[in-house]
Amino acid sequence: MLNAKIPSGPLENKWADYKGHCKLVNPANKRKLEVIVVGTGLAGASAAASLGELGYKVKAFCFQDSPRRAHSIAAQGGINAAKNYQNDGDSVFRLFYDTIKGGDYRAREANVHRLAEVSTNIIDQCVAQGVPFAREYGGLLSNRSFGGTQVQRTFYAAGQTGQQLLIGAYQALERQVALGNVTMYSRHEMLEVVTIDGKARGIIARDLVNGKLERHFGHAVLLCSGGYGNVFYLSTNAMGSNVTAAWKAHKKGAAFANPCFTQIHPTCIPVSGDHQSKLTLMSESLRNDGRIWVPKKQNDTRKATDIPEEERDYYLERRYPAFGNLVPRDVASRAAKERCDAGYGVGSSKQAVYLDYADAILRYGKIEAGKQGRSNVSEEEIIAMGKEVVKAKYGNLFDMYEKITGENPYEVPMRIYPAVHYTMGGLWVDYELQTTVPGLYALGEANFSDHGANRLGASALMQGLADGYFVIPYTLGNNLADEIYSKAIETTHPAFEEAEKAVSDRINHLMNIKGKQTVESFHKRLGKIMWDKCGMARNKEGLEQAIREIQALKKEFWSDVRIPGEVNEMNTELDKANRVADFIELGELMCVDALTRDESCGGHFREEFQTPEGEALRDDAGHMYVSAWELKGEHQWELHKEPLNYEVIKPTQRNYK
Amino acid sequence: MEHYHMNLNLKVWRQKNSNTKGDFKTYQVKNISSEMSFLEMFDVLNEQLITEGEEPVAFDHDCREGICGMCSMYINGKPHGPWQANTTCQLHMRAFKDGDTIVVEPWRANAFPVIKDLTVNRSAFDRIIQAGGYISVNTGNAVDGNALPINKDNADNSFAAAMCIGCGACVAACKNSSAMLFLSAKVSHLALLPQGEPERKSRVMNMVAQMDKEGFGACTNTGACEATCPKEISLTNIARLNSEYLGASLSADK
Amino acid sequence: MGLTGISLVLFLIVHAGINACIFADLVDPDENGAMFNKAAHFMGSTVLIRIMEIGLFAGILLHIYQGYLLTLENKQKRAVGYAVTYKDGSKWYSRSMGLLGTLILIFLILHLYHFWVSARFTHQGLDSVTYNGIEMHNMFALMKATFSEWWIIAVYSAGCISLAYHLAHGFQSAFRTLGVYNNRYTLMLTSIGYAYSIIIALVFILMPVSFKMGWIG
Repeated sequence: MLNAKIPSGPLENKWADYKGHCKLVNPANKRKLEVIVVGTGLAGASAAASLGELGYKVKAFCFQDSPRRAHSIAAQGGINAAKNYQNDGDSVFRLFYDTIKGGDYRAREANVHRLAEVSTNIIDQCVAQGVPFAREYGGLLSNRSFGGTQVQRTFYAAGQTGQQLLIGAYQALERQVALGNVTMYSRHEMLEVVTIDGKARGIIARDLVNGKLERHFGHAVLLCSGGYGNVFYLSTNAMGSNVTAAWKAHKKGAAFANPCFTQIHPTCIPVSGDHQSKLTLMSESLRNDGRIWVPKKQNDTRKATDIPEEERDYYLERRYPAFGNLVPRDVASRAAKERCDAGYGVGSSKQAVYLDYADAILRYGKIEAGKQGRSNVSEEEIIAMGKEVVKAKYGNLFDMYEKITGENPYEVPMRIYPAVHYTMGGLWVDYELQTTVPGLYALGEANFSDHGANRLGASALMQGLADGYFVIPYTLGNNLADEIYSKAIETTHPAFEEAEKAVSDRINHLMNIKGKQTVESFHKRLGKIMWDKCGMARNKEGLEQAIREIQALKKEFWSDVRIPGEVNEMNTELDKANRVADFIELGELMCVDALTRDESCGGHFREEFQTPEGEALRDDAGHMYVSAWELKGEHQWELHKEPLNYEVIKPTQRNYK
Repeated sequence: MEHYHMNLNLKVWRQKNSNTKGDFKTYQVKNISSEMSFLEMFDVLNEQLITEGEEPVAFDHDCREGICGMCSMYINGKPHGPWQANTTCQLHMRAFKDGDTIVVEPWRANAFPVIKDLTVNRSAFDRIIQAGGYISVNTGNAVDGNALPINKDNADNSFAAAMCIGCGACVAACKNSSAMLFLSAKVSHLALLPQGEPERKSRVMNMVAQMDKEGFGACTNTGACEATCPKEISLTNIARLNSEYLGASLSADK
Repeated sequence: MGLTGISLVLFLIVHAGINACIFADLVDPDENGAMFNKAAHFMGSTVLIRIMEIGLFAGILLHIYQGYLLTLENKQKRAVGYAVTYKDGSKWYSRSMGLLGTLILIFLILHLYHFWVSARFTHQGLDSVTYNGIEMHNMFALMKATFSEWWIIAVYSAGCISLAYHLAHGFQSAFRTLGVYNNRYTLMLTSIGYAYSIIIALVFILMPVSFKMGWIG
């Protein structure tokens, strides 16, 4: 079933060879070929714009009120590229190597190498579009460093890199809309893939304003619908982020790969109560200067500032002296959880650790006093100067923290806790980004391809744009070249009728349950099961229990959910119900996947598989493969394994001690 | 920070769809935590309404971290509520006290018709961008990113303008329902960069024409937009837009 | 709007400057408005100035027309209004330019009736005075007579205060509309604008008050 279609030849020539030999579609024929793009984040907007520029007839869909709202916009830190502008030894190979290693050796070499190759084109393209990246006084682009690397290769626009990149892609997209090459359907949600003779030929979408179902034909369908972190209810994803598009594809035969690989980001603002609807990320860059600690005493209720230095446990510095507070995301997250579970957590919920800037403020204050050539400076003055320096570096993040918590992080240590942030898993795709359903493609976070079991910071933006700007225009053409004789199929075709009826039946079914419990309450319960049993640490017993609980939850959902309102109107509860129903099914698959992966790697930590020191224990001999799941029936999946062959890189155990 | 709980009266605009007239309805919510965000308080209200058999209040929201620009409530006479430089989703309930009455309205402007309850149609903004809010460069045509050094001040000012999240609070706040702050942010973003130079004149002319066509009002420089903008986009951008527009009009060929 | 506004701003400087000649009487009690009357005569009898007067009226009318059109059109852009209006983000006078303009217009009509109509056409209540053998209107005396009644002084003061607020917004707004965006100039123009508004209004208000209080005349 799985043919990754990786070109032969040496790794560094694969992509060039592919581009040199792939089939092309002449301009006159492109006009006759229709492409559907679902989702308008970095991957979707860049793909729709680029394909529109090439001359394809593109239809783009998003559930938000404007394509510019897609959640790529919330990315803070930056975007990696192997430009080596800093002359610090960066290269395509190093970016490739860091990404593979960061992914704990569970990603495809060929895909990742291609990603590293095109990373430089992305920066050029974005600059040309007018993305206002940070610059040095000489007018050249500025870089900063990020977790898991030894070079400065991250390009950024203050703390709003995702926003600026998305607006660049959005503007390119709107330009194509103005030129008539792209038709934009906002406030539309894709609810079914239409397949004809085994090929994806269109979608059924619901107009979220009037509730009407629409049929749209496409010679190819591109899913750029993002990740599924909201299966945990609480995550750093947007409220609307969902798995529905990808899940519909899965139900139509597309294999779902590595669903259990989820990234838990260590520095988020902790949950404040049951009312919590989402979690907010604090940029990874905060760990550059902040020190993470918990009290040495269990259940210590003193205020942070009342706990003397000798009674604090800087557990990351203690456990990982070499990397200290800068260990990779998965390691930092697990360490925080370990401390809180052992009863050392802080705050009213006890599910938080301190991120303390007092030392950094003092250190910067002293440096500043030194710079000004002053001795005999009082401690207060040093602290005041230090605060100014910290403000200049992290001011916007500190402000955000204060807005949300009401606490002043310059005075008291911040409380942080890990939260679900990104999903490395997704629809299985081959080298051409095509899923196991011909004509159906997945780009960006919606596919599984490039990050293995753990994603490095500033790599998600890179992948989304690589897929949309520089990969799909070639690989789609290679496949559509054979379609130039296929006329557009009328949407009165029985396959469309059938698909629309299936969607309509499901919606009516949901509406007619008329039960007692709200959609939100089901989503919260699903999230709790997933977080407790398929979150940062998993074990066999818990996963088996989770599967049973999710199956029961599914039954309960389909018999007792209450959706007020009508079908043919704006109905936000119905929108949510459609999504939550799919999340429930996905949750089960995630647990099934986690259960079969008898090893710990990256974001997947099975408690049974750890070293005596509590570190992740990978099993390369038994599990160096991609798990691609094919749906066989309700609660039934078949596992297909795509072996990962490392021809260039030698996998080793990650060590941060 | 001491946390507390409160009971509130909410006066919320309810409107079934764009073809019907709406009115205010009053609801009580109880035991609201000061740690909640404003939208989480609305989640509580909606759960309550659904349980009571009523339809929940429809409102736009997505990222809930102040960057996507989707949330759009007009709270107690100010877009995005009482805090400065803030979006509705980042407004927290400690801004209110027990017993308060909060009036919540949708953005009001002919160019932003109400779709349902507090949800409005802001697609006019997308059409303004379509009129010229971009640099015409196809994928694959770019020179090296460092081939064109850009003065840091210009790059920084351009970024400050590009921070606009397109939420429409400027229009909602303006007594003239003018979209000048939004438009000027985009024109400034692109006009300050050398990449934007080739289309500089046609861009400003076309975008202004589209803005007028969409039914936004004219700017009278009251400054309400700047005061309410969650990203603190400066009024200076409007003056720069006027300068760009004047220059482009005077040198126009036809 | 901004262009006509700035031309009116310039006019006001000339107007205030010439009228301030009445205060020569403060220095020399026997002056009795000689300097002012001569200046007024020059303004009334010079062809170029008369041509400019046409321009001025055109400017005023255009400004009024533009102002009402703008106010009206802008009002129509929000068919359904808010229950609670947004007040904190802008100054009340910035939001009330139409109203302030209307008050100024009412005042202006009265003002034109008092002086311009009388000087140009009806010569009602207007004496002659001769300086250096040239006979001219004694505008000074007309002012003194007009400003003998408290209600007129009240209306003039109200008109001038409206003008001050109108200018406080209008001055800097006009420059923004004309595209002055450098922060340095904007700050400078805003400060000058406030000073200008206050000075112009004060100078004008002082005239009727000075006559009534007997400081001059």
